[in-house]
Amino acid sequence: MHMPDLPIGTVQVVLVTPHSVLSTRCVEVDPRDPLTVQLAADLIATQRVSPGCVGLAANQIGVGQRVFSLDVSKHPKARIHHGEFVVVNPEIVEATRNEKGREGCMSVPDFTGDVKRATRLTLKAQLPGTAEEIFIETDAFEARAIQHEVDHLDGFVFLDKVAGAHAIYPRQTYL
Amino acid sequence: MSSFAVTILGQDRPGIIAEATGALADLGGNLEDTSMTLLRGHFVMTLVVSTDATEQSLRAILDEKFGDKDLDVVVMELHGAASAPSTGQSYVLSVHGADRVGIVASITEVLARGGANITDLTTRLGGSLYLLVAEIDIPASTSVAELEAQIKQVAEDLGVGASLRPAESDDL
Ligand SMILES: [Zn+2]
Repeated sequence: MHMPDLPIGTVQVVLVTPHSVLSTRCVEVDPRDPLTVQLAADLIATQRVSPGCVGLAANQIGVGQRVFSLDVSKHPKARIHHGEFVVVNPEIVEATRNEKGREGCMSVPDFTGDVKRATRLTLKAQLPGTAEEIFIETDAFEARAIQHEVDHLDGFVFLDKVAGAHAIYPRQTYL
Repeated sequence: MSSFAVTILGQDRPGIIAEATGALADLGGNLEDTSMTLLRGHFVMTLVVSTDATEQSLRAILDEKFGDKDLDVVVMELHGAASAPSTGQSYVLSVHGADRVGIVASITEVLARGGANITDLTTRLGGSLYLLVAEIDIPASTSVAELEAQIKQVAEDLGVGASLRPAESDDL
């Protein structure tokens, strides 16, 4: 994958639930639109300054469009990874081998929860700026993170996907 | 505004929660935390409700709903402070094996001695298999390796298996 150069991004405020933009499905956008390119840059800028943050969906910074950023390259649970990237109009085309894991989210600061996610997946998406169509095949932690971000774009947070009534835990500290 | 713990237990049927929470809502009660499950098929629920209503009025409305049915109601005002935020690390402890008297007592005694605080606990008996799963906070001052060795030793003495693993969550 060849990430096009992005302009300098502006760090944005990360919204927390309850908020309507977090529970509304985001809309498809034109990857060539300069506003989309700026949004991609803002996501990267915000992700970089947020400790422990490995991914951000556009609606987490208040923009209801199908764009997310990701960078799991420094996470110990990552196996395959694609470095730091932003994708537009992502779509999971294949997902297999579910496994349970405990997730936290910047937009849900008071809880963590156990969520079953596929450990192998293929994502189809476009790159900001060039609109090049790409396929990302990945596994393990990057696969989990991608599913978490696509859920955001569909208007869901991990609370909507927890494994059961006793799979949500109060969180006492957030990094 | 006061906080009350309301516990309802007895014979299960559909509608208990709707009736209880409806009655509490009628009194302007705001539900905070709730835990409900079936224990060997019996309904057990405890919830924390904050309200301007008195303990007497809470008890009266719930007794009226459930008093002559197969359910018991306990209402208690909460005075004590909530437990202090943990400074340690969260772990999940699983213990399972053939059922016998004293598994929970022996295992939790080891945890208590190590200063580990149980924050969530489920035990189940299925056939002859006994299962315990606990979320525990282990303070930074306790050696996890040592505590784990003690748990394993007690488990071995009881003839059951035990595993301790970090309950770490990943921020996405
Ligand atoms: Zn999230």
